[in-house]
Amino acid sequence: MRPTGLLVLLFLAPILTGCGYNTIQSKDEGVKAAWSEVLNQYQRRADLVPNLVSTVKGYAAHEEEVFIKVAEARASVGKVVLTAEDLNDETKLKQFQAAQGELSSALSRLMAVSEAYPQLKADGLFQNLQAQLEGTENRVTVARNRSIQVVQEYNTYVRSFPQNLTAKIFGYKTKANFSVENEKEISTAPTVDFSKPAPATTR
Amino acid sequence: MIPRLGLVAVVLLAAQGDRQSIPPLAAHVTDLTGTLNPQQQQTLESDLTALETAKGSQVGVLMVRTTGAEDIAAYGIRVADAWKLGRKGTDDGVIVIVATEDRRVRIEVGRGLEGAIPDAAAARVIREYIAPRFRENDFYGGLRDAVGALTKLINDEPLPAPLSDDPTGDGNGIMPALGAAWFVALLLRGIFGRLPGAPRAGIVGLGSGAVAWLVSGLMAVGVGAGLIGLILGLLGRGSGGAFARRGGWGGFGGGGGFGGGGFGGGGFSGGGGGFSGGGASGRW
Repeated sequence: MRPTGLLVLLFLAPILTGCGYNTIQSKDEGVKAAWSEVLNQYQRRADLVPNLVSTVKGYAAHEEEVFIKVAEARASVGKVVLTAEDLNDETKLKQFQAAQGELSSALSRLMAVSEAYPQLKADGLFQNLQAQLEGTENRVTVARNRSIQVVQEYNTYVRSFPQNLTAKIFGYKTKANFSVENEKEISTAPTVDFSKPAPATTR
Repeated sequence: MIPRLGLVAVVLLAAQGDRQSIPPLAAHVTDLTGTLNPQQQQTLESDLTALETAKGSQVGVLMVRTTGAEDIAAYGIRVADAWKLGRKGTDDGVIVIVATEDRRVRIEVGRGLEGAIPDAAAARVIREYIAPRFRENDFYGGLRDAVGALTKLINDEPLPAPLSDDPTGDGNGIMPALGAAWFVALLLRGIFGRLPGAPRAGIVGLGSGAVAWLVSGLMAVGVGAGLIGLILGLLGRGSGGAFARRGGWGGFGGGGGFGGGGFGGGGFSGGGGGFSGGGASGRW
């Protein structure tokens, strides 16, 4: 009995002494890294916009309304800055999501409009930009999914016993996550359903 | 907050239900549709093996019937995360995924190759090499040309030289870890020499396991060393001193055993490369 007891004690020792502080640190850093990647990919998408717009403009100059919409959305995306520290703030994250969602729909509108111009679609530069936009949208999705996962892990960890005590003492709160109910509206990637004919007039 | 997390879990579970499973990685070319004949498969396989030997990059081909309700891009990143093609740190893996019934194809590009194969280049490979041949049902021809084009793009990229041994790497810390584990095993055996066999073996196993873990940075090495030390220690209870000594060695030997078992599988495996969703999708 005695040896077994000793072994059990040896196994338990690290668990009992661990208050989770170090793990909270590393999970917190993980959340920040994942968030940086999200921002990075969103930024990449925003950087694509000017080139994309000017290319489309070359073939479809009179689609003014769409260009204005994209420009406005692009500008508002630039205004809503969300650092990793702001992740505790749910309303800020909502604003950020709304702004990015706006740009998503403006871009998908732009791509839909471009469907009506065969010459534009055949343009090599436009094809490249289209591939880049699709790739970037996909990267955004991947980065967001990973961020959601990491934040979820962090939140679960910080709220579980006994780490919740440690978290409370050191002021580590749960972080806001991308909301799932919004996910579908927001992640309407600007890939186009090719079966639908592009509408002749813009909204 | 709480209901939302619950919702996430429910959505994730629901999503998991109708997702296509990911086939295990056994070779560069995985054809689940029976489209390629063995000879074609062999040719592609040897081309891709040659690329891996010459350049170190791992390029995989996966053919499935359908990706189900999931978009091929979402399926692709799941395959990429599961297979981990490409070297760890270099992240130079590429996966060409074909869903024959969906008529969808995707080139998933590892993070380290996004410069060599930008999205636009991947899209061009699909548009100019894959789609025209696939439209004529020449799947082998399309894949062969695509692999050739990708190989050329990768060859133009300066990448770290391939490792002469297993490209999985990551075993750098194992030898010093084993040395340290040996030392600690001897030390602990000396210190706890008066304890009965079982706790002594346990302590020795745990100690050497922990040291192996710390030094190598690989938890598996430490756990392997620790567990084997423990098992041998418990077995040794009946036979007294001589067995306890073996228990101590068992702990040390556990680390070595992992080195063989974990890496020496013989077959093809991913090197730990990371993907972040780069590449392009297309249809034919």
